[in-house]
Amino acid sequence: MPSTGEFSTMMRAPVNKIIPFSNVDGPGNRTAVFFQGCPFNCLFCHNPETIRLCQSCGACVESCPAKALSFAADGQLFWDSAACVQCDACIKRCPYDASPRVRWMSVEELLSDIRRSAPYIAGITTSGGECTQYNEFLIELFTEVQKLGKSCLIDSNGSFDFARDPRVLAVCDGVMLDVKAVSPAWSKELLSHPPRLVLKNLDYLLCVGKLQELRTVILPGRDRENEETVRYVAARIGEACPYKIIRYRPYGVRERYQKLLGELETEADYAERYADLARSLGATKAYVI
Amino acid sequence: MSDALNIIQDPTLTYHQQLLALARLGESTDHMLRYSDAYYEAKKRGALCDLNEGAMPYRPRYICPDYELLFRKGCQFLGLEPPKDLLEAVNALEIFYCHVPSITSFPVYLGDLDRLLEPFVLKEDRAYAKKVLGLFLRNIDRVQTDSFVHADIGPEDSVTARLLLELTEEMQLAIPNLTLRYDPEKTGEDFALACVKCMLKTAKPSFANHRMFCKEWGERYAIASCYNGLSIGGGGYTLPRLRLYECALGATSVEDFLSRELPRHIDLQLEYMDKRVKFIVEESSFFKTSFLVTEGFVKRENFTGMFGVVGLAECCNHLLGITDKKKGFGMNEKATALGLRIMDAIEARVAAHEAPYCEAYGHRYRLHAQVGIDSDGMDDSPGTRIPIGVEPTMLEQLEVNEKFHPYFPTGTGDIFKFEETWLKTPDAILAIIQGALENGLRYFSGYLENNDVVRVTGYLVKKSEIEKLRAKKQSLNNVTVFGMGAQDGGHALDRRVQHYDESAGQ
Repeated sequence: MPSTGEFSTMMRAPVNKIIPFSNVDGPGNRTAVFFQGCPFNCLFCHNPETIRLCQSCGACVESCPAKALSFAADGQLFWDSAACVQCDACIKRCPYDASPRVRWMSVEELLSDIRRSAPYIAGITTSGGECTQYNEFLIELFTEVQKLGKSCLIDSNGSFDFARDPRVLAVCDGVMLDVKAVSPAWSKELLSHPPRLVLKNLDYLLCVGKLQELRTVILPGRDRENEETVRYVAARIGEACPYKIIRYRPYGVRERYQKLLGELETEADYAERYADLARSLGATKAYVI
Repeated sequence: MSDALNIIQDPTLTYHQQLLALARLGESTDHMLRYSDAYYEAKKRGALCDLNEGAMPYRPRYICPDYELLFRKGCQFLGLEPPKDLLEAVNALEIFYCHVPSITSFPVYLGDLDRLLEPFVLKEDRAYAKKVLGLFLRNIDRVQTDSFVHADIGPEDSVTARLLLELTEEMQLAIPNLTLRYDPEKTGEDFALACVKCMLKTAKPSFANHRMFCKEWGERYAIASCYNGLSIGGGGYTLPRLRLYECALGATSVEDFLSRELPRHIDLQLEYMDKRVKFIVEESSFFKTSFLVTEGFVKRENFTGMFGVVGLAECCNHLLGITDKKKGFGMNEKATALGLRIMDAIEARVAAHEAPYCEAYGHRYRLHAQVGIDSDGMDDSPGTRIPIGVEPTMLEQLEVNEKFHPYFPTGTGDIFKFEETWLKTPDAILAIIQGALENGLRYFSGYLENNDVVRVTGYLVKKSEIEKLRAKKQSLNNVTVFGMGAQDGGHALDRRVQHYDESAGQ
């Protein structure tokens, strides 16, 4: 890490997508940056191509109708963004839940995109994948974005221990946290990870006043698991932040997991029951989306 | 079959629409007002277009009366005293509107309704004022049956403006068109957000860059018709258009276009405007005898001519040999840079021309980015807009717009279509509008994709009314037929939807 103001020019992070104007990634209009790679493997992930990094196996090369994928001299897969027609054939073909359409960007490169949208936005939101995997990168990025007078929010699955390294929180305006499961067995099944660190983060972020928003996905027919998670979360967050009760939607979910979790979306009425429950437990800002 | 018989037998025309069509037909039989052979040749080629303004103009195209004068002094000719309460005020306006001519025969400017009516509204209780204003809006919709009828509100918040927004949302009418004059220092956040919500649900109001218009026109400017900037107490004599794509077809290169074909066509359009303006002022009776002039509701010296352009995108693409629109104007720096060169050239040549009877503007005409007509099809996009169907991201589209909007004091604008989730985040849209206006955008319009009332190219229609015409039934609104044509020929309702594939949260 450079000490003051200068960028470590070597530092780059894999960016899957930048949405210049987003109205669903935090308050106001925001530029949303989606980083590639996630330590969790949630069964209901609806953009599973962001989970792993490209292995340069080449399985996708032949699938590309626009001939936008090839091997570079160093043996790494090369994606020609200008030729790409965004048909998604490559990510459907990928055996690793990865995507070849990733740019390894420097802080400065990302900033030049953010400067363009700066006049129209309240701030930026970093998401993923899981953006906190690139903690050092975020610290540099947020430091610069705050100089533009724009707020910085993190969208996180809670896999990064914010208490152990609080530097990123010091330059970030808040965290939008997913709490998907609280029971160890269910968490292991759903996320392939234990819930301990996520729940520790929930308490820590509440304690330091950096919890911007909390989200729980409600699955169809999983009464016990849904109730357990909502009860736990609602009792803790109270009025501290909005609690989004998200209806499960099968769109984008890997086929094998759709069979497991449901091929239909969660009914609105069913989800409303959990919003009611959350509100009755003190989470007054609970609502269904 | 004769043209007159066609009109008389057309089952989709109301009586009033037949009357107007027959009047236009009658006007077209006299060709005393003549232009040069070169003008007619260019018109035949489609390089120049007179928007069917008619062969013998008997009134200026757009008239923006000073309604404050009506409220201050009354109107002798119409036998109206200055109004003393809200009922008298709206009644005076309703009567007056019926006597304001225009190219469409309907008043294209209804006044700054909030400023005019606020003193009267404040004297009444809110429910009563709302009832009266609701009837007033209903009268406008059923009597001034043409979507180019336009009212303005803002920049400051007022009870009247809030009531008009509430009623606009409740009544879901295509008429009148509505503009908020937006100034970040004068328009409060809460009022602006109420306007955004109303705009999403009803396609109005649009947001006008108040500071930009004030710099060019002073405080007393009107937004009339689609989005025309003009002086209150004045108006616009005429609005012909250069169809830039067709202007470029005879050029052998970019340089040939800029040095020969473009100036030639600009001069032909100026010839048309000069002759027409002189005819309206010197020959027709309007400026000599109309009570609007003799009682001072408009002053001749406050009028100007609107020099229109369309098809800049297609012009640039053609000159650069770009055949794939997706890689052309709006997405291509070279094409955009050429667009700026062309606009600089048009601006300079029009500014060098001494225009007759435009005293208030240094004897000059002012540029206008015309919104297109149904017969343009896909050949010429409106004004300097990026063609429908190949719009880039909203950010990129705004960046291009911001470069071109400053050229057009008599109006330009762009339209953005949003999906439903934006209704929950009006603050996000307001931030976009604020940023864009700050960066030089002149005029912003938006609507939700599933609305019945939609903005076609600059005017409003109801989709349900278009369906009536398709079923060979009549539509009271004269403009519905243009909406149908623009939908069929120009895919004007198929613009890119601002949606967001929600990636976070699950």
